[in-house]
Amino acid sequence: MTTAEQTPLLEIRGLRIEGRSEGKWNEIVKGVDLTLHRGEVLGLIGESGAGKSTVGLAAMGYTRDGCRISGGSIRFDGTDLRSAPMRERRRLRGNRIAYVAQSAAASFNPAHRLIDQYCEAPVQHGVMGRAEARADAVDLYRRMRLPDPEDIGFRYPHQVSGGQLQRAMTAMAMSSRPDLIIFDEPTTALDVTTQIEVLAAIRDIVEQFDTAAIYITHDLAVVAQMADRIKVLLQGEEVEEADTEAMLASPREAYTKSLWAVRSHARPERPPAGPEETPVVSVRGVTAAYGEIPVLHDVSFDIHARRTVAVVGESGSGKSTTARVITGLLPPSAGDVRFNGTALPPSYRARDKDQLRQVQMIYQMADTALNPKHRIREIIGRPVAFYLGLSGKRLTERVRELLSLIELEPDEFIDRLPSELSGGQKQRIGIARALAAEPQFIICDEVTSALDQLVAEGILTLLDRLQSELDLAYMFITHDLATVRAIADEVVVMKEGKVVEQGGKTAMFRPPHDPYTELLLSSVPEMDAHWLDRLLAERGELPAEE
Amino acid sequence: MNGPTPVWLSAVYLVLVFACAVGLAAGFRGLLALAAPAGLARTLRSAPLTASFGLLVILLYFLAALFAPVIAPFGEREVVGGQFLPWDSVHLLGTDNLGRDMFTRLLYGARNTVGVAFITTGIAFFAGALLGLLAAVVGGWLDQFLSRTVDVLMAIPALIFALLLLTILGTSVVNMILVIALIDSTRVFRLARAVAMNIVVMDYIEAARLRGEGLYHLILREILPNAAAPLVAEFGLRFCFVFLSISALSFLGLGMQPPTADWGSMVRENATLITFGDVTPLLPAGAIALLTVAVNFVVDWMLHRASGLKE
Repeated sequence: MTTAEQTPLLEIRGLRIEGRSEGKWNEIVKGVDLTLHRGEVLGLIGESGAGKSTVGLAAMGYTRDGCRISGGSIRFDGTDLRSAPMRERRRLRGNRIAYVAQSAAASFNPAHRLIDQYCEAPVQHGVMGRAEARADAVDLYRRMRLPDPEDIGFRYPHQVSGGQLQRAMTAMAMSSRPDLIIFDEPTTALDVTTQIEVLAAIRDIVEQFDTAAIYITHDLAVVAQMADRIKVLLQGEEVEEADTEAMLASPREAYTKSLWAVRSHARPERPPAGPEETPVVSVRGVTAAYGEIPVLHDVSFDIHARRTVAVVGESGSGKSTTARVITGLLPPSAGDVRFNGTALPPSYRARDKDQLRQVQMIYQMADTALNPKHRIREIIGRPVAFYLGLSGKRLTERVRELLSLIELEPDEFIDRLPSELSGGQKQRIGIARALAAEPQFIICDEVTSALDQLVAEGILTLLDRLQSELDLAYMFITHDLATVRAIADEVVVMKEGKVVEQGGKTAMFRPPHDPYTELLLSSVPEMDAHWLDRLLAERGELPAEE
Repeated sequence: MNGPTPVWLSAVYLVLVFACAVGLAAGFRGLLALAAPAGLARTLRSAPLTASFGLLVILLYFLAALFAPVIAPFGEREVVGGQFLPWDSVHLLGTDNLGRDMFTRLLYGARNTVGVAFITTGIAFFAGALLGLLAAVVGGWLDQFLSRTVDVLMAIPALIFALLLLTILGTSVVNMILVIALIDSTRVFRLARAVAMNIVVMDYIEAARLRGEGLYHLILREILPNAAAPLVAEFGLRFCFVFLSISALSFLGLGMQPPTADWGSMVRENATLITFGDVTPLLPAGAIALLTVAVNFVVDWMLHRASGLKE
């Protein structure tokens, strides 16, 4: 696809970008080069903070507030974007360069219909008239395989699903037929099954219009499907760049190899508990509803000591609701939850201190799970003082012990605020808070989904270690099957509030499966550039739209 | 005063006053930074000039209120000369409609008006914020009951409602404090509830609930620290509104009763002088305005710091 002779569409040389924090300018992108030819897709990967998005935005000659380009050049089709006047840059943006953001839901204006937002750019830039743009929108919606393309544009953003919205966003980016589209983690917020549809649609449309693209993501398997070439970034510097096939087959640098290695981590299933052993937590025939809307139907499963049960399913399948029933936040309308054989009161208000202590929770978003005004000492110390009645010196001692247990240096961290921690450290504090209560059972609600792969790996290893040391039982809610492979002993697959299939991990990953489990399993991207082609060929068509 | 002052002279005056204010503020900031312990000193040195000016003015008001009997040349209610005497070396700002010293009464006014406003705002805040947070945390019928009651109270125009209540209850300082506190607490309630509503949905509140924490801990330890910034800002604004309400009521004759010195009633008592082009009756009004501005300067700064915004 690449032709070396033609002049590149986008050429970035020695790009340096500084960000301002606490009154000082720090370099966040340290001399990145990037060349992109017409019709080529470049994958940009790295952990958060690697500068992927910053480089992506800089390709439009744009920086976020509090950032500035301090060196290097950005040439787009002969125009130097750094020296070009504002008006010139504005003419290019949205017209010849388009941007697709991670969260389509946050990027659409909720007060306008999709099609009106679609028409905005082409009409503004004088590419098309309004009527023409509308007809074009319908055409592109059809090409993006959106259901009901004639009418879907007349809905408001909240009236369509997340995957559909992301596709509508991509269609919108195509509206003035740009030469370059920047995709900034367009599928990160989506379920695996939805992700496939969006990936396939994006790839098709990029090929059809021969558009160049920069595809930013932290998911290696995804980028393998999309990109012709891959560039790896680490802390604002390029690690290496190679053609996708070459990169997958033989990464050169140690850092890239470590990224690859994470994918292959898996723990063997532990031997099952004996039939006579009482499960720590037993969910028995639970049916629950939010008001009039039923969300759980006759859900039953057991969790034994020293074992991890992964509950998987798409968003809306009732995974988190099951957790709410177990913790007592949502009393079930039928069925009960037993702890070591005795039924727990349905509402947490009716449970006594000891019952509350035994069931702890670790949250997905560590940012909102830790009180931003409390110091670590207090966040971890409160459950210790509250449940175990320690105070003064013994309390401090215990907090330090817990910090060591989660592999954070007590002296360094004990008096920090959550805002002074990284994402992975915050999640560790969340774990320490759960451990502080000395529970037998911990619910982990998507604890790694907001973290980078390497950090997530660290958290999973930690949880694994704690489990064997403290004999904990885990319920692990996730939509990421790689995580399941890594940590689970048993798997419960949920769909629309029902348990579709359950059993030991080894058995679950071996066919035959329930059709839904099969769909879930096959939708997990693999580290193989041809995986998506193969999958689509196997399925014959895209998964049906409901 | 002979003839109108030329425009350029007023302009020079204004510039001079402004320059003095800036100079005083800068000097005061330096002085504070020197006097304060190291950690606080750094914060103070980074304070904008507006904030240090505000702090200076508040400090001066506070000193005036505290040491009024020492500074004032005459007694609060003492008749010391003829009515409406002009400014001279004995009566610095002349005398009022009954021949009392204007400067003395301004000083005592600081004590009465500011003190009462502070107490009133304090009560309004304590009640409003506590009930607002409680409504947000407990929810359900308690929230409905409190919110609808507040809606009803807010539906009646504030000043008219205050006049009505004071007419029924009788005019006294205590009644006035309670009535204004009641009316203003409804505004605080709504803000506190709205702010807390956004906080109670956070996972850390859920974690605290699941831990089995009581209402006391939830409200005071978990929610209040996170709601403090907007509440402090509201306190500054509310203080000014309360201040103005008291002055308005006093001006109408239902607030502070003569012969107690109060800035609101002082404007009314000497209003006749305005017809003669004398600025004296506007001095208490000016005192109110200056304090209002000063308080807001300081609150703006605190809010800025609390929200983590830079520059």
